[in-house]
Amino acid sequence: MTKEELIAKLKTIVQPYIQNEEAFNNLSENTDFINDLKINSANLVDVILDVEDEFDIRIENDDMERMVSVKAAMDIVNEKLAEK
Amino acid sequence: MTASQIIKCLPYQEPFLFVDALTAFSSEGITGSYTFKNDEYFYKGHFKNNPITPGVILTECMAQIGVVCLGIYMLKDEINEENKPQIALTSSQVDFFLPVFPGEKVIVVSEKEVFRFNKLKCKVKLLNEKGELVCRGQISGMLKA
Repeated sequence: MTKEELIAKLKTIVQPYIQNEEAFNNLSENTDFINDLKINSANLVDVILDVEDEFDIRIENDDMERMVSVKAAMDIVNEKLAEK
Repeated sequence: MTASQIIKCLPYQEPFLFVDALTAFSSEGITGSYTFKNDEYFYKGHFKNNPITPGVILTECMAQIGVVCLGIYMLKDEINEENKPQIALTSSQVDFFLPVFPGEKVIVVSEKEVFRFNKLKCKVKLLNEKGELVCRGQISGMLKA
């Protein structure tokens, strides 16, 4: 999967939970889920569950704490896919 | 943890406690009941001279039994009367089918869908004493000790 494909998939996943449309439209690797997209902690859990389903991976508590940005999510997904 | 211990850990009190009894519970789900008193404070205004239990109160009853009581049970090793849980309702989607009048007993049946990263999501039904479906839906909350 290319970087662009991965970002596109993550963008689709976070869309239902974002509160800042402008930040969403300009989403990039550097976008922060909480500070930029204004995703709340309850919805961040939904994002993680949706990421697990989409990529068929299991995200643990330590990963969850790291997963606060598009970049971090991409790293975690890539790590988990590599472990498979 | 017993049913009465779970209820004692709830962070609510009258007039906003909507749990009387818990009849079955496990890490997969919970069943409990509440009887709406004839003099609940909201009947004075909902509706004028025509008391019917508000849908938001039925939702609250479902959330207290189906999500908060179940969550307390799941966190039983960390929660006790001195250390009550921190809770927040994060989403609810409920469809309503029948009214509940003053004095009616309702039974709440909740099934856990997901409990991860402090978020508990449940499928919850509320039945009347005849066993008829009053309302059902999905309720989620964040819960930690």
